[in-house]
Amino acid sequence: MSIDLKTIKHISKLARISVDEQRAKKLAGDLNSIFDFIEKLNELKTDNIEPLTSIAETTLKLRSDEVKSKNIREQIIKNSPQDNEDYFVVPKVIE
Amino acid sequence: MSDITKQSLTELVENIKNKKLSSTDVTKAFIDRSEKSMELNAYITNDFTSALDKAKKFDQKPNLDLKLPGIPMAVKDLFCTKDIKTTAGSKILNNFVPTYESTVTENIWNEGAILLGKLNCDEFAMGSSNETSFFGNVQSPIDKNLVPGGSSGGSASAVAGQLTPVTIGTDTGGSIRQPASFTGIVGLKPTYGSCSRYGIVAFASSLDQAGPMAQNVKDCALLQEVISSYDPKDSTSIEFKRNHYSKELTNNIKGKKIGIPKEYRVDGMPKEIEDLWQKGIQYIKDCGAETIDISLPNTSYALPTYYIVAPAEASSNLARYDGVKYGFRAKGENLIDMYEKTRSEGFGAEVQRRIMIGTYVLSSGYYDAYYLKAQKVRKLIKNDFDEAYKKVDAILTPSTPSSAFKIGEKTNDPVSMYLNDIFTVPVNLAGLPGISIPAGHDSKGYPLGLQIIGKAFDEQNILNIAYAMEEKINFKNKITDWWIK
Repeated sequence: MSIDLKTIKHISKLARISVDEQRAKKLAGDLNSIFDFIEKLNELKTDNIEPLTSIAETTLKLRSDEVKSKNIREQIIKNSPQDNEDYFVVPKVIE
Repeated sequence: MSDITKQSLTELVENIKNKKLSSTDVTKAFIDRSEKSMELNAYITNDFTSALDKAKKFDQKPNLDLKLPGIPMAVKDLFCTKDIKTTAGSKILNNFVPTYESTVTENIWNEGAILLGKLNCDEFAMGSSNETSFFGNVQSPIDKNLVPGGSSGGSASAVAGQLTPVTIGTDTGGSIRQPASFTGIVGLKPTYGSCSRYGIVAFASSLDQAGPMAQNVKDCALLQEVISSYDPKDSTSIEFKRNHYSKELTNNIKGKKIGIPKEYRVDGMPKEIEDLWQKGIQYIKDCGAETIDISLPNTSYALPTYYIVAPAEASSNLARYDGVKYGFRAKGENLIDMYEKTRSEGFGAEVQRRIMIGTYVLSSGYYDAYYLKAQKVRKLIKNDFDEAYKKVDAILTPSTPSSAFKIGEKTNDPVSMYLNDIFTVPVNLAGLPGISIPAGHDSKGYPLGLQIIGKAFDEQNILNIAYAMEEKINFKNKITDWWIK
């Protein structure tokens, strides 16, 4: 299998990571060597195997929906790269 | 003062309880040594000033019933600490100050311990050498320009170098056991679900576990006893009877059956590792336990499986870093451009590589071929262990296929770097507990470790085996203090 530059561009779009031509080439090389290694799994027949989706074989517990930490809006907003004290600010999305 | 930092956690706790030492004495000693050890680059953030204040406060009204009375402790910078910057070794979280505390660190502070600072690690715990950290690589106290292992490299370096009496790391594919092995210390990856993941920066949620790293098995048992708890805030936390691991620790392992899996004898493994393993088998027998040859037939598929499952989960977990609510933000022409530039500039190369792998294996058309396939093979790997545990109580393997390597030696070849985790990854995939103990040195004088893998929730048993072996091995870590001027 070979992952080409077009595929790298497509994945980077999905992953929301911009990559320039040089990095795309490097990533293609890396991913190809990693996937060569991963292809080993094709040696195994797994048609009738149940996939393991959760290691802890318990059902999820429900808990009541209570507010535990209150009035920490200010602290939370303080972590944002850009805000107007009340809201997070992002680049304009409506023309 | 200098001999304080040489004491084990158990000794320090005893000396504080007997009032031979105060928390201030101990805290000062570790701060002093940490300050002289900046060349190791083990810390990302220090909290020395407030640690000393807390120690003084503790001494004014000491509660000596606690398990970690006034003990200073630095922790991996993957644990969220309230009001203290938490970076996960990444530029993208360089200015992130959590508004909450991780459950495992809260358990530690509730038993009287005092935060010294936050320890360096591979970015988002993705790495096996601590070279992917935005804050620079960590030096091993074993030798200059040697990697301490990763991703809990700062933690390993800090314990082996005596900058902290004990610490906690996280282990997704070997990130506690491999660096413990590389630096001559003990590291335990608990059973999945035994320690809460709440407040730990997530890497791969079905594999991540927090665990203790210490100078000896008893210290490790004590810290495990403190951090392991059922936590309603982590939906995968499991309720089970948790032992007083340190109190119930025994070196009597007579009659235990220990499996030796033939598949761990991998191609190209240095003779030194094979010899160490044989020595370990002899120690087991000397302790009155029995070794039995077993087979874990799907072992060689564990690493390829891991490199699908872990990046897939990482790509989802790391989607939250978008430059909006916290962390680094790059300037962009519009919202999408801002996201893409933020993530491109904020994540390092290894993290980007893994997000790309994960995104690819989850993308339309490839999900069944890769992700579903990996989940099926993961089931086979777990079945191997289930089958083996019908015959044996625990399994003995080497911790790593080699001793520590030089800084820069493997950075250009991701696959050769990944191969480091060949013996540790299966344990995470099966959700089992595993402990690495120092067991000898190679010809260069670098430490080598042995791993004991247990049944799920059987931490006490592998701690006991490790404790019994530790006594026979009588390992002495060769720390020359090369970095102290």
